[in-house]
Amino acid sequence: MRGRSGTGLLPPVILGLMLLPVAAGLAGTVMPAMGHLPAAGFSGFSLMPFAMLAETPGLGRAVGLSIWTGIAATALSLAITILIAAGWAGTRAFGRLERGLAPLLAVPHAAAAFGLAFLIAPSGWIARLVSPWLTGWTRPPDLLVLADPAGLALIAGLVIKEVPFLMLMLVAALPQANPAQRIRLARSLGYGPVRGWLRGVLPAIYPQIRLPIYAVLAYSMTAIDTALILGPTTPPTLSILILRWTAQPALDYRLVAAAGAMLQLGLVVGALALWRLAEIGYARLMVMRVCAGARGGHGAETALRALGGAVTALVSGILGGGLVTLALWSIAGPWGFPMPLPEALTGVTWARHAAHFGEASLNTAFVALTTTAIALVLALTLIETAPAGQRADRAGWLIYLPLIVPQISFLPGLQTALIGMGLGQGFTPVVMAHLVFVFPYVLLSLADPHAALDPRYDQMARSLRQGAWARLWRVRLPLLLRPMLTAAAVGMSVSVALYLPTLLAGGGRIATLTTEALALAAGGDRRAISVFALVQGAAALVPFVVAALGPAIIWRNRRDLRHG
Amino acid sequence: MSLKQTLALAALTLWPALASAGPTPTNWPGILAEARGQTVYWNAWGGSTTTNAFIDWVGTRVATEYGVKLEHVKLADTADAVTRVLAERQAGLDGGGAIDLIWINGANFAAMKDAGLLFGPFAENLPNWALVDSNGKTVTTDFTVPVEGFESPWAMAQVVFMHDTADLPERLGSMSAILDWARAHPGRFTYPQPPDFLGTTFLKQALVDLTSDAAALQQPVDDATYAVVTAPLWTYLDALTPLLWRQGRAYPATGPAQLQLIADDEIDLAISFSPGEATAAIADGQLPDTVRTFVLDGGTIGNASFVAIPYNASAKAGAMVVANFLLSPEAQLRAQDPAILGYGTVLDMARLTEADRAAFDALDLGLATLGPAELGPARPEPHPSWMTRIAADWAQRYGAGL
Repeated sequence: MRGRSGTGLLPPVILGLMLLPVAAGLAGTVMPAMGHLPAAGFSGFSLMPFAMLAETPGLGRAVGLSIWTGIAATALSLAITILIAAGWAGTRAFGRLERGLAPLLAVPHAAAAFGLAFLIAPSGWIARLVSPWLTGWTRPPDLLVLADPAGLALIAGLVIKEVPFLMLMLVAALPQANPAQRIRLARSLGYGPVRGWLRGVLPAIYPQIRLPIYAVLAYSMTAIDTALILGPTTPPTLSILILRWTAQPALDYRLVAAAGAMLQLGLVVGALALWRLAEIGYARLMVMRVCAGARGGHGAETALRALGGAVTALVSGILGGGLVTLALWSIAGPWGFPMPLPEALTGVTWARHAAHFGEASLNTAFVALTTTAIALVLALTLIETAPAGQRADRAGWLIYLPLIVPQISFLPGLQTALIGMGLGQGFTPVVMAHLVFVFPYVLLSLADPHAALDPRYDQMARSLRQGAWARLWRVRLPLLLRPMLTAAAVGMSVSVALYLPTLLAGGGRIATLTTEALALAAGGDRRAISVFALVQGAAALVPFVVAALGPAIIWRNRRDLRHG
Repeated sequence: MSLKQTLALAALTLWPALASAGPTPTNWPGILAEARGQTVYWNAWGGSTTTNAFIDWVGTRVATEYGVKLEHVKLADTADAVTRVLAERQAGLDGGGAIDLIWINGANFAAMKDAGLLFGPFAENLPNWALVDSNGKTVTTDFTVPVEGFESPWAMAQVVFMHDTADLPERLGSMSAILDWARAHPGRFTYPQPPDFLGTTFLKQALVDLTSDAAALQQPVDDATYAVVTAPLWTYLDALTPLLWRQGRAYPATGPAQLQLIADDEIDLAISFSPGEATAAIADGQLPDTVRTFVLDGGTIGNASFVAIPYNASAKAGAMVVANFLLSPEAQLRAQDPAILGYGTVLDMARLTEADRAAFDALDLGLATLGPAELGPARPEPHPSWMTRIAADWAQRYGAGL
């Protein structure tokens, strides 16, 4: 293991395995973007796709919307996450929040977006609860709440999903930063607890959560399902324009879609660069503030803490309220506006769709388990073979490329590449495509806890003449059980929610809960959507429950290992 | 000779055999034998609970009758299937493709047929083709493009308007009447956003009803006359758009999304491409039972729904067996039953047995479905180039937020 000869080759091989699909996929997009797609009757190279792209009505606004909603959602999510952590880290309430994170994280983007939509639409549950006695509305008001041109609903839909994710990443990184000591130091210098956290702990943590933040930024700029459900449509964001082009019957629009995907990749890279600049600027500003000696008033401290608490309540309230709305619709009989509750409850919708759960659930579980198991082995190999003192994911930040490159820009090309390799359909290509997305998240979740592992356990085992494998199997892996289960849960929840990779790589032959849910969602039947959104959410939640209960069961005879 | 060269040679020799390997549509017993045991992956839009249930039923029937296993690949968009076939062709997979049967619409059919991505001709060799009303119904052209046996019809569609009689009791006879009503009731009407299939159908229906040169629509777009032919449409939409739901700043994404808007009492009028959709949706609890349908005085456009087989399908014989079963009186009767699907039949009643004809006659079309006489003859679809052009112009004028 560590430092053994022959293992030095492993990291580059794993890196190559993970990057190859992205590279092959991107190549398969660059060619059509340059006018070359022989299967559709276009060969040779031309700038026609980009010319057609430039002529698209509303392209400028679509691009602007993508940038605005992406950056706003990321900045807001980060601000909320930091506000909560700064105000509440170390308290009992924060501990409860930590445990509540997992279920919030498990709710798939589409389900969260539908929940939000059914909650805040002019015909939504909130409007029903306050009508007509308060509002006077006997029919839904003609208000542009969803699909607003500024993308506010879309931003809200992204934020409620990204805050739990960033929070989970932050919580994982916290212990390494020794927050208690840092706070004590900052307080002894006369800072309040919130400002002390912002000035003392945040600079130590930020580099650890930078990659997740970049992933959030890239995801928010390119989101498809959330944008379809909540985003504006006249014009929509660039990601939806690309989706529409790929759906055009006229085949030359495939080339425009490829050119659009290239544009989107450029936008994401530009936004990441912009974000990096903002980081540097913010750091400079803070250093100046610290040097100026500002300590801030006590009132601001209390206000910030209260704001953090209020925002937590709001985010979890919206997510939870959305889920309750979904649950209600899934059992609703007739439910006209403005009835606050359905006129009757019925199990008809569940009964009708139950027949389809079986196979889709099995497929979902099989793909998620296989993918996550492979990802765990690869991630552990990478971590364990990293040179001592160096974090595995530092060297190979390229591994996170799939999280940053927009899906639509390399998945069609990846599909062609897989078919060319004779892996056109079935489970194998689906697992391979899922691995591209699952592996980075598993590594992301595992790298920090592994780095935080006390090296003295290993030294002690070594002094007891335990070999490398024994130390891994009998010391490090048992100590890592909880983080491994969490990483597996994160990986499985990612796998469960993947739509395009499942559809494209599997040739449509592997029906999962998510492919079923999104196909049904296209029909807009609120009851059917609710049933599948809930089932999909539950599927993503199961691994988190296992991760939470697992250590207590496996280590029922080892008290100190039960709570990681 | 190196291994690589041997393999390349083997591939070259085998290639034509593989590419043309496919059942002969004229040898039906041979096809039935080949189909037995095959699995047919039918890629069809999965957004409708009732259609999904119908496809499930087809699956159980072809399994017991012909030993064909049918898998419904539920798509959010038919274009995903086109993407798939394109990707397979791009990768050189000219046999053993993932898709065996596609529920296809006219525009996608024209594109795929043009690019040589379809298997055929096969449709007119299906035994049940003899029952099809090939003279009276538009089953030999799809959006004016000759079908030539490259797709097989399975249901008739015709534009109707669904209105909630609780708010809009009277039918409206023309596009102008719809505009007048919208003036008096702003915010109560909308249509799916083009380029959604039904959204562009609304534009085509408006064009057919408003233009003074309907004959031009049967030919490909002529740049010289395009502006003149479409001018009435844009004048109409300029007047209508601010009167739409959300003042035309947002649109429902798909046809079925309109059902929810009617159920929520957000709108009172919506377009549908299936005369039986309203009745089926009422039975399903998706629409209030006050909804009825009407057609315009000048008639509405109609076409057939088809299934096609990709050129590289794995189970072509099985796909043909399914296509043939869809044309059987049994399947057609079930599809037309408003409690199940409410799709119009493609069969000619005169060619059926007495018992089958009686079964169709006995069918209660349901409270919101118009009878054949009320529906009237369907007006022909414009050439697909019109759809492409007006959808692009629509995006420029109303979809770009200017």
